[in-house]
Amino acid sequence: MNSPEIERLIQLLAKLPGLGPRSARRVALHLMKKRDGLLTPLAEALGAAAEAVRTCSVCGNLDTRDPCHVCTDPRRDQSTLCVVEEVGDLWALERTNSFKGLYHVLGGTLSALEGIGPDDLSIAALVNRARRPEVSEVILALNATVEGQTTAHYVTDRLTECDVTVSRLAHGVPVGGELDYLDEGTLTAALRARRPF
Amino acid sequence: MATLLTRERGRHAGLVQGARTARQRGVLETGNAVAARWRARLPEHLGTYALELDRSVAAGLLDDPLRLAALVSACALTEAALPEREPHPAAFEGLSALLENLDSPFWDAIYVRWELGLLQELGFGLDLSCCAATGRNDALAYVSPRTGRAVSLSAGEAYRDRLLPLPGFLVGDGEADPDSVLRGLELAGHFLERLALSAGDAGMPSARTRFVERYRKLTARSGKTLV
Repeated sequence: MNSPEIERLIQLLAKLPGLGPRSARRVALHLMKKRDGLLTPLAEALGAAAEAVRTCSVCGNLDTRDPCHVCTDPRRDQSTLCVVEEVGDLWALERTNSFKGLYHVLGGTLSALEGIGPDDLSIAALVNRARRPEVSEVILALNATVEGQTTAHYVTDRLTECDVTVSRLAHGVPVGGELDYLDEGTLTAALRARRPF
Repeated sequence: MATLLTRERGRHAGLVQGARTARQRGVLETGNAVAARWRARLPEHLGTYALELDRSVAAGLLDDPLRLAALVSACALTEAALPEREPHPAAFEGLSALLENLDSPFWDAIYVRWELGLLQELGFGLDLSCCAATGRNDALAYVSPRTGRAVSLSAGEAYRDRLLPLPGFLVGDGEADPDSVLRGLELAGHFLERLALSAGDAGMPSARTRFVERYRKLTARSGKTLV
């Protein structure tokens, strides 16, 4: 039987995505073995992050500043808003280094089965941002799932009152993808979205 | 956890290991048809599913807001109305037929018929065979909101404010234009809410409400056909 401190560490680690009780036990043991090199710096980093990180009141990103570094960057294109489901999607798009506009994090998608409705998402704030005269395009970068696209259609409806162009990410064959290995749904979407070459 | 509608075991939940992996995510989309193998130590256990995609219904509808809303609404209604692990083969066949026909030009009329079929399967079927007052089956124009029986135009005229309009296409009279489909959705919605979903806590699924709202808006905008 472990001490209460170790048990609490294991319980908390088991709540992390991808970790169950067994793997949490392994991680805890690894951290405690590397006490000076890993456990203490990690505890300090977690404490510092808990102290400093906040949700951006403009776009919903996570950063140590509010508004976040994306919203306050004067070099970014103020006329384009990219709508994403979660902060992880925003970070994924930032890693591509190919989008220079602003973001808006919805905080989820409409889900009939999980009971998530429009009021649970940051849709009203998005409409308010899209109403600003400098905004000319809203890109819906939502997942190509039933829930993602249901949300995209709903958001498109809500944006009809704003004077903006609404676009969405393309669906189809991923870079490096082989047709033989793709599912029928992706192939159907790719065929429908084909364009002159 | 995934919930499937099966032919022999009704609505049945089970655990899907690796459900969030890139390989499985496309399979576990609302409305997809899958071949499933369920395993558990005892029948009353939750058990685990091994799933293989049979037909990807959702992928073909992602760009069509109205049909996608109908798909989500049908699945949400099925989830809300059917009890777990109770065989309803007719509900299975009905939903399969609906999903197969969502890309047809008459999908909206089929959707209304599916909702009425779901009501029937749950024991709350409407009686549209003849007039509840006269016993005749000509010019049926209304439905009693209490009994679900049809009423003819002449017998119902005096009570028209209290009766629900019966769209002609449901009794083989006229085509299913958007207006009559909307009346059909309102008719089915009344009985779904009053009878089939009244036992549960959740009531009418928000997905169904959003679908009807979207249909109403597009009908008003386009005026006629939604093919």
